[in-house]
Amino acid sequence: MAIITATRPVDASSAAAPATTRRGRKLRDNLTGYTFLAGAILCFAVFTWYPMVRGIIMSFQRTRRGVTTWVGWDNYTRIFADPSFWPAWKNTVYFTVLALVIGYAVPFFVAILLNELRHAKGYLRILVYLPVMLPPASALFLFKFYAYDPSDAGLFNAVLKFLHLPTSQWMQSPSATMPAMVIASTWMNMGSAVLIYLASLQNIPGELYEAAELDGAGLWRRIWNVTIPQTKLILGLLAMMQIVATMQVFVEPLILANGAGTQDSATTVAYLIYQHGFFQNDLNGAAALGVVMLGALAVFSAFYLRLTTKND
Amino acid sequence: MAQDSGSRTLISAAQLRRGKGKYLYWTLLTLVVLGFTLVFIGPLYWMVTGALKTGQEVAQTPPTLWPRHPNFSNYVSAWQNLNLSKLLFNTFYYAAGAVLFQLVLDTAAAYAFSKLRPALGNVILGAMLATLMIPTIVLVVPQYVTVIDLPILHLNMLDSPFAIWLPLVTNAFNIFLLKRFFDSIPEELMAAAQVDGAGPLRTLWSIILPMSRPILGVVSIFAVTYVWKDFLWPKLVMPSPETRTVSVGIYAFSGGSSQNEIIAASVIAAIPTVIIFLLFQRNIMSGLTAGSVKG
Repeated sequence: MAIITATRPVDASSAAAPATTRRGRKLRDNLTGYTFLAGAILCFAVFTWYPMVRGIIMSFQRTRRGVTTWVGWDNYTRIFADPSFWPAWKNTVYFTVLALVIGYAVPFFVAILLNELRHAKGYLRILVYLPVMLPPASALFLFKFYAYDPSDAGLFNAVLKFLHLPTSQWMQSPSATMPAMVIASTWMNMGSAVLIYLASLQNIPGELYEAAELDGAGLWRRIWNVTIPQTKLILGLLAMMQIVATMQVFVEPLILANGAGTQDSATTVAYLIYQHGFFQNDLNGAAALGVVMLGALAVFSAFYLRLTTKND
Repeated sequence: MAQDSGSRTLISAAQLRRGKGKYLYWTLLTLVVLGFTLVFIGPLYWMVTGALKTGQEVAQTPPTLWPRHPNFSNYVSAWQNLNLSKLLFNTFYYAAGAVLFQLVLDTAAAYAFSKLRPALGNVILGAMLATLMIPTIVLVVPQYVTVIDLPILHLNMLDSPFAIWLPLVTNAFNIFLLKRFFDSIPEELMAAAQVDGAGPLRTLWSIILPMSRPILGVVSIFAVTYVWKDFLWPKLVMPSPETRTVSVGIYAFSGGSSQNEIIAASVIAAIPTVIIFLLFQRNIMSGLTAGSVKG
């Protein structure tokens, strides 16, 4: 309150001088506007805008013992020559595709299912969103120690055994590593997508379903011809957001697979950035890898937007 | 949300009320409720009770559904060995500061964009929103380099809470959310306040903020949960054991402690966010969909 009373005299004085020119008032309004913006602008400048530029600059420099020199494309050639580089990209793309197959379709159908139910709606919504609220480290240790325990005492193996299905070595087996990470990640993250889909499903006018049914459209035809076209915008948006998010997968390999897994079976690009920057004392290489990732995502986004807007 | 129960969805209400449809519906509902409980609560149950078991009991096959001799020793030793009280306090402190900084600076910015509209405001808003397109992992390295040697001031911010608080202000999504909310406040109210002689700060404080409680609540809750869940950034900028957040602390101890101790610590670390969720689930869910495009 003290601040408010302190600013008052300024307003009073300007009101007392009605002769202020229009330009003067405009300047004063802009000044007030920028006073309110100053804190946010400063934070953006220091912690986002400047680092964006700095990341690109850093990728062409090398700092050794406090001396920074320009090295051209050296960091990029070093990054590309890293034996983990291609496995990391392969794993990241594999994770993204797998997450798309499992983690993208599942929330949509869960949302459709929840939207049809007339009871227990609130309870089911809370359940689906609950894992989103857990700290990822907590949830991942649960998966690591209990669910993916490779012995028969593990939760998943116990269930598989109960169902007379073959058990798995989970994180110890290179082929099961990625699917196991996707399952954990989907469980942790699908809640937000489900709720966003639910909200957009509720915006579909009921008459559309009515009309489709009168025309003799069965359940699947109604989903295909009414639900999906009506939610196309949000479906496309979330697909894009999910791909960009899963391309940055980091905590899952770090905790579930101790970073690299067995023979780079879990190394992702984000983990490789972390590895270079903070373990190999190679911040410049990490910056270069970041720029490569930015480029890859930009190309992908442009391609994706082209593809989706063409259909319209 | 209440009125949607009456509107028609994929399957008509009449169809569900009649004979076979009714039978099918109730079977499906039961299956869904049981299945979802199993999938989403099951692992949490496993986690909470697993930490009540001894190391031998956890390793035995087949696993026991309920611990034979439930004891809290894992929770107690986790609390002591990991110094959880300190870790929880740190995380809470960072979360509270993040809420404060975001509320003050992001609200002020959104107010300026929405109501004061200074020259070039839209350009700056655009530059802020553009940062949403930059993957966080790409920014981590140059941000870290900036934080260890702040431009011009040449300060090292490692282990300082400001290294968490200030970068979190650059949440363009919050600014956008707040701006959209402020946009919906009628211009006449602003004009009336101006006629009454209220300056911009007074208008913000006495007119805009009281009307914006729901959205401010959403922003605060998201700030708290974000800090509580964040991992990589606090791991990098809070390297000392005394300044760690709870997630990072548990990770740091995961190599040297018993599995049950780590799980017990994970349960304790998850309690605050779960409580926040159960208390504010309505605000959280409405906030989540508030920013989404209506499709």
